[in-house]
Amino acid sequence: MISLLLILIPLLSGVATFFFKKENAAKSWALFSSIVTLAISLLGLTVLNKTELLQFKCDWLPGLGSSFSIRLDGMGQLLCLLTAISFPLIFISTWNRTYKNAHNFFALMLLSQAGLMGVFLAMDALLFYFFWELALIPVYFLSSIWGAERRIAATFKFFIYTFVGSLLMLVGLIYLQSLTPDRSFDIKSFYALAINGKTQNWIFWLMFLAFAIKIPVFPFHSWQPDAYEQSPTAVTMVLSGIMVKMGLFAVIRWLLPVLPSASFAFGEKMISMWAIVGMIYASLLAWRQDDMKRLIAYSSIAHLGLMVVAIFSESEIGMQGVMIQMFNHGINILGLWVIVEILERKYGTRKLSELGGLAQKAPAMAIFFVVIALANIALPLTNAFVGEFMMFTGIFTSQISEYEMLTVPAAGITIILGAIYILRMVQKVIYGNTNSLTETGTDIGVNEKLVLGIIVILIIVVGVYPQPFLDLTKDTTDFILNKANLFPLFKK
Amino acid sequence: MNALIISAIMGVVMMFSGVLLKQRSTIRGLALTGLFVSIVLNVAQIYGFHLFRINVTGMMSFDRFSLFFNTIAMVCTFIFFLLSAKEMEKVGLNYSDYFSLIFFILCGIILSSSFSSLLILFLGIEIISIPLYILTGSDKRNLKSNEASLKYFLLGSFSTGLMLMGITLIYGNSGSFSLEVIAESISKPEIKPGILLIAGLLLLMFSMAFKVSAAPFHFWTPDVYDGAPTVFTSFMATIVKAAVFIAFMRLFNRAFGDIHDTWKFIIAVITALTLFIGNITAVFQQSVKRMLAYSSIAQAGFMLMAVLALNSIGSEGILLYTTAYCLSTIGLFAILVKMKDYTFEGFNGFAKHQPLLAAVAVIFLLSLAGIPLTAGFLAKFYMINAVIARGGFLWLVILAVLMAAISVYYYFRVIQAMYFKEGEAQVMEVSSSFKWTIAVVAALVILLGVYPQLLFNWFYF
Repeated sequence: MISLLLILIPLLSGVATFFFKKENAAKSWALFSSIVTLAISLLGLTVLNKTELLQFKCDWLPGLGSSFSIRLDGMGQLLCLLTAISFPLIFISTWNRTYKNAHNFFALMLLSQAGLMGVFLAMDALLFYFFWELALIPVYFLSSIWGAERRIAATFKFFIYTFVGSLLMLVGLIYLQSLTPDRSFDIKSFYALAINGKTQNWIFWLMFLAFAIKIPVFPFHSWQPDAYEQSPTAVTMVLSGIMVKMGLFAVIRWLLPVLPSASFAFGEKMISMWAIVGMIYASLLAWRQDDMKRLIAYSSIAHLGLMVVAIFSESEIGMQGVMIQMFNHGINILGLWVIVEILERKYGTRKLSELGGLAQKAPAMAIFFVVIALANIALPLTNAFVGEFMMFTGIFTSQISEYEMLTVPAAGITIILGAIYILRMVQKVIYGNTNSLTETGTDIGVNEKLVLGIIVILIIVVGVYPQPFLDLTKDTTDFILNKANLFPLFKK
Repeated sequence: MNALIISAIMGVVMMFSGVLLKQRSTIRGLALTGLFVSIVLNVAQIYGFHLFRINVTGMMSFDRFSLFFNTIAMVCTFIFFLLSAKEMEKVGLNYSDYFSLIFFILCGIILSSSFSSLLILFLGIEIISIPLYILTGSDKRNLKSNEASLKYFLLGSFSTGLMLMGITLIYGNSGSFSLEVIAESISKPEIKPGILLIAGLLLLMFSMAFKVSAAPFHFWTPDVYDGAPTVFTSFMATIVKAAVFIAFMRLFNRAFGDIHDTWKFIIAVITALTLFIGNITAVFQQSVKRMLAYSSIAQAGFMLMAVLALNSIGSEGILLYTTAYCLSTIGLFAILVKMKDYTFEGFNGFAKHQPLLAAVAVIFLLSLAGIPLTAGFLAKFYMINAVIARGGFLWLVILAVLMAAISVYYYFRVIQAMYFKEGEAQVMEVSSSFKWTIAVVAALVILLGVYPQLLFNWFYF
């Protein structure tokens, strides 16, 4: 029931929002709906955390072996919580922005939330594919209608890119279904499959391509900086905070346990190497960016690259690190976007070269900015430290990795590079002397303080006491690794 | 049988109605009533009610599949009448004749979806084709329409010749026109299929491929669809094409199903070519009407996958595919007819002037592109599933999905023009009943995309 509500509330309230005529009514309604979703999600974590409440199943397409089957497991809980927290924060932090045809904007936002929830909940491959696309379509319209100047070309590139990937994934999923004895799309049937190595190899590529584009893993990342830059900031938050997690999530849920030998064969030797190259490349590019949106976009490629490497190291602590880091990265990058949004609204620019000296004019914002920036560098006591530390440990101690002496130092370099570009950004924005643009700057308002306050509290709480999150994801991690590590022979 | 006879009678009645009835709205009402009656009687026949008891054993067999498809075809025609019947007035003076011709085409559709003898197949295809030649050229003062008609007629007759030759050769091989006898004569595994049979089969395959505009027999399609009056293009590209597909599948399933291995590769190549040429050429079109012509070729490529697969998923799938494709394309054409400018630029700023029509058009375009939540997605899904279940043609499936991704490019160009570009789209007057009808059609497309059981439950029970 809880799981069903998590999809239905945003879906129905999203459809209803299309019929609102007043901008403020639509805005308030969207905020209200997203807060209700958050409440439901929190209830599911605490009071109503019972198995029968967390799952829901009914017939959907019996002829095709597909059913409407959703369930909240530990990893799902974490990502649904991230989605549920993000949307109210997004709505509050962009509260002062006005949109043309606002009711359509908020309706599409809520629909994309429904799609995201569905992806994290689906326990049926076809349903998973449905939601995967449902999350994408509203975002396409959001970015194309309300985006910046080059929006049409940039979003179209993004759309075609992801659509090609997801269609190939669909072929992979159908092929897997045709291999199951009961011809079913149910995740249990998929997990029960034992496919020979050669078949696994090419199904792996059919499916991984979709996920690699979504994450994005180098060299499939070229849509990302453009799409982030051209989308309205509220949408960029959804894209970078939550949507990229779909790719990582799908690798963990739908790839590793179903195609273990192919994941082993290509994972560390190939994909991790790509990810490492991408991390260094993206970090270097981020260093040289002047536009804050592009800088954060490239930093996101670097951060997600590390998570990919950690996933394919297939170690327990690394995997748990990935899960907790998916949550943390979502929160941290959301914080950065909120800052960008404030700067852009107040000063009309995102260019580092045109900003400066804001520490004097907006001290509260400066404090929040510094904390969030430090969390992005993974300083101890912040949430990202926990995640990254666990991932590094996982990669280093993994039973199956052979190149950890190569990957760990290379990834370590990107942490240093990360510190360089993030601190450079902080320095250029809030230190130095004020210029003509920032001279008249004022500090942030109450709702921005509220949003940034919540984010900073989350950063520190998770950084100091991550244990509840680790407990939450332990079962999923054990289960996935149990399925994935079918080959004790390969172990060192 | 019920619907066949009613349609034939309606064809004759409509022909004379122009003499007796002066009011165009009465003519339209008469046509709608006649079609409605034949739909009702056709549904009644599914439940065992026969208005006429005529022995057609060996010539035709009305099984559940064909009756069900006939219902779909007639309901789509009904929707087509509701949306576009008024536009037919603008084509020419002979308003009632157009209805009459369409009723005759419906007779042909029923014949070719229910045949069990090659003779009836030939009759059905011809009864479909000849009125179409006339409809294509019905805009008499338009040179393009005349050219299209002539071109269609010449090439169409040529392919009819091929079909006749094929039927003759197959008759020579098995001594009968009946599908069962033909199937029996080739089902023995110890006998290798003879040269007569193979040649006949290929000729039949090519002529059917011509009729469904599969590559490399598609060259007539863009010119004919572009030249014909837009209302009739809508009918030709959807219901007629769907019916020929059903005939194609019925023929190859019943007569040549046992020697599937000998011809499956050729069909696979035709499918791949159709998908490739249709989609790639559609990308370069500047007019939406011509783009839709090429897109109909591309969609034919997907439907051919059912002929290739020849399994139960495929036959379920082709029912869903034809329904989804007909509804979306008829809806799109109905909107296109209202436009003054058929180029992509003509759609600029459409969403501002006609928000409802634009939203509906988006649903149709998404369905054609095969985006989830619309009927078009599940239809494509069924096709892919059918081919994978048949096994051995994974390369075709991967090609097909890549082509589907390309199709997004040209379908979304329309969406981009409507929503993201500024402009003054010139639209003719749109009545509120038109808006309601088209909104219902769009709702159907979504409903079938979420819950296709709606269609199939009815089919099976």
